[in-house]
Amino acid sequence: MTFLQRLLTNPRSRVLLGFALAAVLLFAVAPATMSTFRLNLLAKFLCLAMVAVGIGLAWGRGGMLTLGQGVFFGLGAYIMAMHLKLADAGPGGVPDFMMLYGSGVVPAWWEPLRNPVLAVLLVVLVPTALAVVLGLAMFRRRVRGAYFAILSQALAAAFAILLVGQQATTGGTNGLNGFRSFFGFDLTDPVNKRMLFFIAAGTLLVMVAVVRQLMLSRFGELLVAVRDQENRVRFLGYDPATIKVVAYAAAAAMAGIGGALFVPVVGIVSPADVGVVPSIGFLIGVAIGGRATLLGPVLGAVAVSWAQTSLSEQFPSGWIYFQGALFVLVVAFLPGGLASLVSRWARRRSAPPAPGAPAAGLAPEEAPVVGRSA
Amino acid sequence: MDVLFSQLFAGLSLGSVLLLAALGLALTFGQMGVINMAHGELMMAGAYTAFVVQGVVSDAGLSLLVSLPVGFLVGGLLGLLLEVTLISRMYRRPLDTLLVTWGVALVLQQVARDVFGAPNVDVRAPSWLSGAVEIFGVGMPRTRVFILVLALVCVGVLALVLRTTPLGRRIRAVVQNRDLAEASGISTRRTDRLTFFIGSGVAGVAGVALTLLGSIGPTLGTNYIVDAFLVVVAGGIGQIKGTVIAAFGLGILQATFEYSTTASVAKVLVFVVIVLFLQVRPQGLVTVRTRSLA
Repeated sequence: MTFLQRLLTNPRSRVLLGFALAAVLLFAVAPATMSTFRLNLLAKFLCLAMVAVGIGLAWGRGGMLTLGQGVFFGLGAYIMAMHLKLADAGPGGVPDFMMLYGSGVVPAWWEPLRNPVLAVLLVVLVPTALAVVLGLAMFRRRVRGAYFAILSQALAAAFAILLVGQQATTGGTNGLNGFRSFFGFDLTDPVNKRMLFFIAAGTLLVMVAVVRQLMLSRFGELLVAVRDQENRVRFLGYDPATIKVVAYAAAAAMAGIGGALFVPVVGIVSPADVGVVPSIGFLIGVAIGGRATLLGPVLGAVAVSWAQTSLSEQFPSGWIYFQGALFVLVVAFLPGGLASLVSRWARRRSAPPAPGAPAAGLAPEEAPVVGRSA
Repeated sequence: MDVLFSQLFAGLSLGSVLLLAALGLALTFGQMGVINMAHGELMMAGAYTAFVVQGVVSDAGLSLLVSLPVGFLVGGLLGLLLEVTLISRMYRRPLDTLLVTWGVALVLQQVARDVFGAPNVDVRAPSWLSGAVEIFGVGMPRTRVFILVLALVCVGVLALVLRTTPLGRRIRAVVQNRDLAEASGISTRRTDRLTFFIGSGVAGVAGVALTLLGSIGPTLGTNYIVDAFLVVVAGGIGQIKGTVIAAFGLGILQATFEYSTTASVAKVLVFVVIVLFLQVRPQGLVTVRTRSLA
């Protein structure tokens, strides 16, 4: 066995090789071959992929179909946007849109966000805290399956409506936009735009590494067990609610960070990015890539966002048909996503299945079907 | 006193719209555990049916009366098609059904946009529904009263069907225990299909009723679907009683909150109330007793 063969067959070094390859692609190949505009676009897709990584953990591994990730994404995004607005206005200044729609006075709950350190902390803490509170309220009372999905969707609807309604303090339908600088760096400068791409790429790589560790840990095994047979886990003496809350909160934190980076990259956040429709939109990439796998959600999210950007401009009506058909075909007929095709192909090539490969990408049977014995 | 009555009526009116939207949903969700995200689009189809019917029958009063049964048929047949082609293949995966029907909803919306155009269209209300009636000194628009009556009639007919007809008995049996019903010789497949037809038909009727409240567009259904689902969750599944109470309860709650705060804050407050309510009754207001593990 040569050194190279050993390197390629040892699972540990294969993972390291994978990360190295991704790093080379993101940090060397992409910046060298793409224009600043394209790179900025890719940075946006990477921000959306961060949400997808979290959904893969909560939905793919934990069986929690969360239709409201837009809320956590939006919280991160709005906190970052509020900070950038305040920073642009200068010390003691008032953001421009407040002079237009509001009283011209910065409300008290905006004031703490003048502090950049606090703003960055809150980007993570606020979505996590909301997820913990909601998760405890629902999972401890064994609200799950379809009920959980509906409630998470209702939360997204209420959040978007609230943002639209409070125009004086949130910018209303227009959202927050027109940011000039990002922590002191001029956002119109192409060099800084590239820097943002590097930040997004690095953050995403770290997230994937964290989720991989979570999946391989004892916690990850328990999470899958809760997804497949929640009651048996309970009978073994574990508390399924705690396990689910941790996964849900982790997904929320990732969505919040993705939202926070989305704001300087794209330059705008509005209720249209956080409501019911975009929240479900996050799921399609995860489903296509393979919800229970590590890389499936990332690649699926990037591919879908890319397809949306390139197709929806030329064929706006065709894109919606395509998106609808994707939902139907992938979820109904290929529930494991494209990753299940890859693993099927790999299994055919080598007889023994790869260790650590997910058994099946199927979601568990979790409907509150009355009268059917559990 | 006037304020109280007008608030109460606003709540009842909102509740009747919610009830119409949620009734069919409660039926299909209760029986099959299937979440039909395209339910709102079936309402939209009903609304456009009323628009088309008015193009044929120009008299507004007659067209409304014709639209109601035609809307029921259009919604029901669309739902039946959906059940036979997609949903019946996925009974063991209810959460995935939710996503699949969302895809169907996207396609249906775009079809409506391509056929009828993106701008909203209007359906004329009949002259005997214009104006208001005075009840307890409060003026109430006749269209709102009509929708309230229509919702109650729908509930009454549905309750009658469920309670007295052989089909209703079969539906109740399947809701209570699917396996035992099948073992007793009930064709659960056929029952499912009929339930879905009726539930979707009610959505079509709801769509026709919504044309009385304002202009209709391709995204008509999305505006109601989230609230309708909340009604089903709060009301519990398996019995119409819970849906009726939850619909009027949420309607009155929303109207009261709107009166004391704003419409957007009211939405958030209603959501908080429902989450708190589920702390007390995680399965909703009314549940079918079962020995299976919760």
